[in-house]
Amino acid sequence: MSDVPMNRREPAGKPFAVLLPYKRAAREPIKLRLRFIHALGFVGLSAIVGGAAFAQSGGAQLSALEVIFKWSPLLLYGFSFNILISVLAMSIGSVLGLGLGLVTMGHNLPARYTGWLLTQFFRNAPWLVLLFFAMFLIPFQFRIFGTTIPFPDWIKATIGFSLPVMANVAEIVRGAVRSLPSGQWEAAESLAFSRRQTLWMIILPQCVKRMLPPWMNLYTLVAMATVQASIVGVTEMLTLTSEVHAAEGGRPELLAPLYGFAMLCFFLYCYPIERFTHYLERRFNVQT
Amino acid sequence: MSRKPVMSESHATAGWTPEQPIVRLRDVRKSFGHLEVLSGVSFDVAKGEVVCIIGPSGSGKSTLIRCINALVHMDSGSIKVMGQEVNDPKLDKLDLRRKVGMVFQQYNLFPHRTAIQNVMMAPVHVLGQDKAEVEERAYKLMKKVRLEGKEHAYPGELSGGQQQRVAIARSLAMRPDVMLFDEVTAALDPETVKEVLVTIRELAEEGMTCMLVTHEMGFAREIADHVYFTDRGVIVEHGAPEELFTSAKDERTRAFLSQIL
Repeated sequence: MSDVPMNRREPAGKPFAVLLPYKRAAREPIKLRLRFIHALGFVGLSAIVGGAAFAQSGGAQLSALEVIFKWSPLLLYGFSFNILISVLAMSIGSVLGLGLGLVTMGHNLPARYTGWLLTQFFRNAPWLVLLFFAMFLIPFQFRIFGTTIPFPDWIKATIGFSLPVMANVAEIVRGAVRSLPSGQWEAAESLAFSRRQTLWMIILPQCVKRMLPPWMNLYTLVAMATVQASIVGVTEMLTLTSEVHAAEGGRPELLAPLYGFAMLCFFLYCYPIERFTHYLERRFNVQT
Repeated sequence: MSRKPVMSESHATAGWTPEQPIVRLRDVRKSFGHLEVLSGVSFDVAKGEVVCIIGPSGSGKSTLIRCINALVHMDSGSIKVMGQEVNDPKLDKLDLRRKVGMVFQQYNLFPHRTAIQNVMMAPVHVLGQDKAEVEERAYKLMKKVRLEGKEHAYPGELSGGQQQRVAIARSLAMRPDVMLFDEVTAALDPETVKEVLVTIRELAEEGMTCMLVTHEMGFAREIADHVYFTDRGVIVEHGAPEELFTSAKDERTRAFLSQIL
């Protein structure tokens, strides 16, 4: 531990959080505290789904709750596609974005400008427009050496989503690398590390911590954006919800419970991720 | 510590003999934009010599020693380190930097690696030396800078003085022939300055060629073989420390020394 006596660091009264030693925050166990407000959110959403369902029950028709229960395997199958698309888009986009971010900071000037242009272009284009482009520009199958490789809609959608992810990850990488003190580069250089070695062994490992919160934040945005794929006809939760609604005779009273169920699924998936991101942000902020 | 074996002597130093200056600067110039930071600096450093560079802030001291290991690219002039020309577009930087070690004001340790890993990284990954052999040497270096037992501490767990000594050990692990110290005590608490200075003095006494940019006049006077006073990009006056500190000839030197002493 540090040689500096503790009483010098902790004056009387409450010190600012940023002045506290890093270790203190690091020791805080990783836990997602469930507070009253969280339960309230969950109950509230369930009430919209359940309450609306209950109000419409009676008669020979199935109650909304029964409809949701009956179709839940199909709806959850749809939701699994949302997760699959978001995870794949995030993985592809992150790998490409890391490369793009590094190129943007590299020494090769033409590559640097191209990278910058790509980043800015994909960052400032509406995701839905990029999705349309991916859907209509990528063929539904490829022929390589006589073998036909089918390219289903959801894969095209995944590619469509990974483009904005790539550009945003590139910015996250660039921001994190830039936020490190230049002394790290100088020290590595004076020890004869090559630029590549410096980046992979010294700079990027230190950036992971800084990149994680914005990266997770981006992921929740992607996960929620995947429902846009329904607009271009990809089979996912929202498409299936609308089909289920039609299959149940298109009763207007089923709209709120069915779409409420979709909302609930996304909320239950994204909210914990969002809380965890907050926790990481708080933890890492204390260090600097 | 054993000296670098002759067989690892680099090709660029082929024509150099220890009688010649180990670092030789000739008319070194450097500008940042319109501001000329170095306006023609020339001097020689002999092998084993301890040289201190003093002067007011912004007089180009840090830029000068950064030119020696090519962290800053000089505009014109010549610096030869053991016969290797630094101002050369085809400069073999690896070759230069294994000969010249550098310690910074802000320590610049790698915070995600432990102290011993900081010391071992460059010899293992840059020079490709055997890991077990490097580790043994790293433990010896940690002992040398009096940080036995702190090998597995992360930089964030060490005091400023301890971090700076790890930084010195990290540079020494490359077995340099010249060490550059850039205001290495300027960011330290007064009580930890001494432990760093003791380490540097031991190094100097072992015959390491050292170039220090420093504001510690007492230390400069005690340790230096030669002191250079710089102001506005030129060397105003130089000489043996007792000479320069007691009977400076130039008005600017006297003014600076009267302020700081």
